Amino acid sequence: MAYSSKVVDHYEHPRNVGSLDKSDTRVGTGIVGAPECGDVMKLQIKCDDKGRIVDAKFKTFGCGSAIASSSLATEWVKGKTVDEALQIKNTEIVKELSLPPVKIHCSVLAEDAIRAAINDYKQKQNAATEVASSAH
Amino acid sequence: MKLPIYMDYNATTPVDPRVLDAMLPYFQDKFGNSASRNHEFGWVAEEAVEKARDQVGSAIGASGKEIIWTSGATESNNIAIKGVAGMYRDKGNHIITQVIEHKAVIDPCKYLEQNGYDVTFLPVDKHGMVHPEQVREAMTDKTILVSIMHGNNEIGTINPIKGIGAVCKERDVIFHVDACQTFAKQPIDVEDMGIDLLSASGHKIYGPKGMGALYVRRKRPRVRCEPIVHGGGHERGMRSGTLNVPGIVGMGRAAELCVEMRVEELPRITALRNRLKDGLFARLPEIFLNGHPTERIPNNLNISFLYVEGESLMMGFSDIAVSSGSACTSASLEPSYVLKALGLGDDLAHSSIRFSIGRFTTEQEIDYTIERVCVAVEKLREMSPLFEMAQEGIDLSKVQWAAH
Repeated sequence: MAYSSKVVDHYEHPRNVGSLDKSDTRVGTGIVGAPECGDVMKLQIKCDDKGRIVDAKFKTFGCGSAIASSSLATEWVKGKTVDEALQIKNTEIVKELSLPPVKIHCSVLAEDAIRAAINDYKQKQNAATEVASSAH
Repeated sequence: MKLPIYMDYNATTPVDPRVLDAMLPYFQDKFGNSASRNHEFGWVAEEAVEKARDQVGSAIGASGKEIIWTSGATESNNIAIKGVAGMYRDKGNHIITQVIEHKAVIDPCKYLEQNGYDVTFLPVDKHGMVHPEQVREAMTDKTILVSIMHGNNEIGTINPIKGIGAVCKERDVIFHVDACQTFAKQPIDVEDMGIDLLSASGHKIYGPKGMGALYVRRKRPRVRCEPIVHGGGHERGMRSGTLNVPGIVGMGRAAELCVEMRVEELPRITALRNRLKDGLFARLPEIFLNGHPTERIPNNLNISFLYVEGESLMMGFSDIAVSSGSACTSASLEPSYVLKALGLGDDLAHSSIRFSIGRFTTEQEIDYTIERVCVAVEKLREMSPLFEMAQEGIDLSKVQWAAH
């Protein structure tokens, strides 16, 4: 099983590797997977005050397909609103990277990572609104 | 230095040019069937086969008469295990082996478990070693066979075969050894070590694939195996079928070359392997050797690189051929059962790489490998959320993971 050229490309030239400040209220952090499965993805998004994702970063412990899936996810969420980003489906990742059947679960995890990051962001927004409203 | 570099000699080896030279005449020129007793074509083939028998036998201190030819070590293991189990069924039905044997031993044992036999799979210590006392304690009056490998293919650990052989002799139990990784490359003496059956593989010793041998003791005691392949009674009734004459000639010559060369080859390969080990350990923190530190086959290095997953690491030095114990590299998505049996946490099992070198490995290739591996590990650690969490002082064993 040779790697698809797109997977290799994301590996050789990963997009958006790194970390955002997780204490920033505009940053959502999602960590999914588990070391015993051999896959852990951390995906972070940073939104402007209109809820549009302006920056995204990832770090992944996993195979080339997992790294490529999460790298692609950070590329795709940038510029989208959080609700638009929630529409991203793992099947689109599979198609874009030509993932073989045995690697489909990597794309599922990437989709989960996007959702987890958005959930975290939304929870932070809700908490901020509560604080604001309880301050009255 | 040619790329890609091959560092997976425990998986298979290239055929040595001298072995290929020895084999070629037997394809077209001297193509007779060695069982053709009535003409020169057969006699020439038979002579070559008998010479190869002696070459293989003398590599382990046995007579050529005690060697039978098979299609590979997998078949040899099957004959030894199922063949002894069947032949000695009236004496008992208990077999002792261990958890990190090659599947070619484990699977026949599991098959026998489904068919009225009791099998004890002895656990291994944290280095992957089985000890004679364990074997002694597991024995019952129904034990008919012990099967313990000499050198482990994945982590390189060498078992105390002589001590285990002594225990088997004490209790009059047949002792089989899968010696694929050590045959001809290291001194083995079946008398001294108390071995009754031994499996060997052609393609691990710079010989052809599809070729193996099984040593079956003829004296003190005489061991017998039921055949698993019937059809003409070749190989003393233990393995029917026309012999693969070119393959046999190749395996014989390969064994002979290994024995001739090992005085020089063993120290050379050990030094290269150690150079690789020292190079990696000098530069990379938090890496761990899997298998016994000293009782190990000279060409093997199995290392876990913490915080980095094995398949992604291999991609990072894709011009070097190695193998990994990571789940991602197996079709079943399970991490290596060998590493799990050592008690390795999943994070370390998924982070392991096996480097195995051989006859054609050069110092230049070793140095290139050290550099490429270090760069890849450093890059992947920068990309690793686990490395980041560890740097922040988080105890990874206490994290609640949101696995799906």
